[in-house]
Amino acid sequence: MPDSFLAATVAVHVVYLARLRETLGATEETVTVKVDGRDATVEDVVAALVSRGGAWASELATGRAVRVAVNHAMTKRSAAIRSGDEVAFFPPVTGG
Amino acid sequence: MAVRVQTEDFDVGHELAALRGNDGRIGAIASFVGTMRDVNDGVQVTAMTLEHYPGMTEKSLDAIVADARARFDVLDVLIIHRVGKLRPTDQIVLVAVTGAHRGEAFDACRFVMDFLKTQAPFWKKETTPAGERWVEARESDDEAAARW
Repeated sequence: MPDSFLAATVAVHVVYLARLRETLGATEETVTVKVDGRDATVEDVVAALVSRGGAWASELATGRAVRVAVNHAMTKRSAAIRSGDEVAFFPPVTGG
Repeated sequence: MAVRVQTEDFDVGHELAALRGNDGRIGAIASFVGTMRDVNDGVQVTAMTLEHYPGMTEKSLDAIVADARARFDVLDVLIIHRVGKLRPTDQIVLVAVTGAHRGEAFDACRFVMDFLKTQAPFWKKETTPAGERWVEARESDDEAAARW
């Protein structure tokens, strides 16, 4: 059984990119979420950030066009996370 | 197969020759070059900064190339994408595909560009007379990728 299964908290490395980095005024940080033994998801990290209010609440609100990647792979907010994972938030991509 | 993310410009002729090498199986090379326009949404653009997410960028481009090779009967795929400060008329991206025949090479080249536009973590910030602004993603790009 993985350690994270019974963990009380999960700590992830969070990265903000492009427009989000500017509007949130943050590049990267460690975010710890309380999970009390259940599986943590990206949604838990979003909830912790939204609870800060201000730009955090408006930028990460449900319905906003924010993409998420866990360990460099694009995924959904329902994706499971484990301690040490890298979680990135960014706007829809515009390369090419 | 190669994926490169770089600030430097690239020489298309040189890159195509290198990709082609002496491979006698190749009968077609399809390529796409994206370049920077001096106007966007009716506003003059004097410069652009391309940001990316180091680590994820290469991984995501590798995955797109692997996907293209699995879907299409092609021999090799090359992607070069520039980052950093660019000026109008500058080259931004090169996608080149080699294959035995043109049909699969054309399709694979278009597939790679359509997915790069929606999956690869690059963002453009434009400099205009009114200041800087982030380029918004286009819905038509999602539709282009969804076709496949």
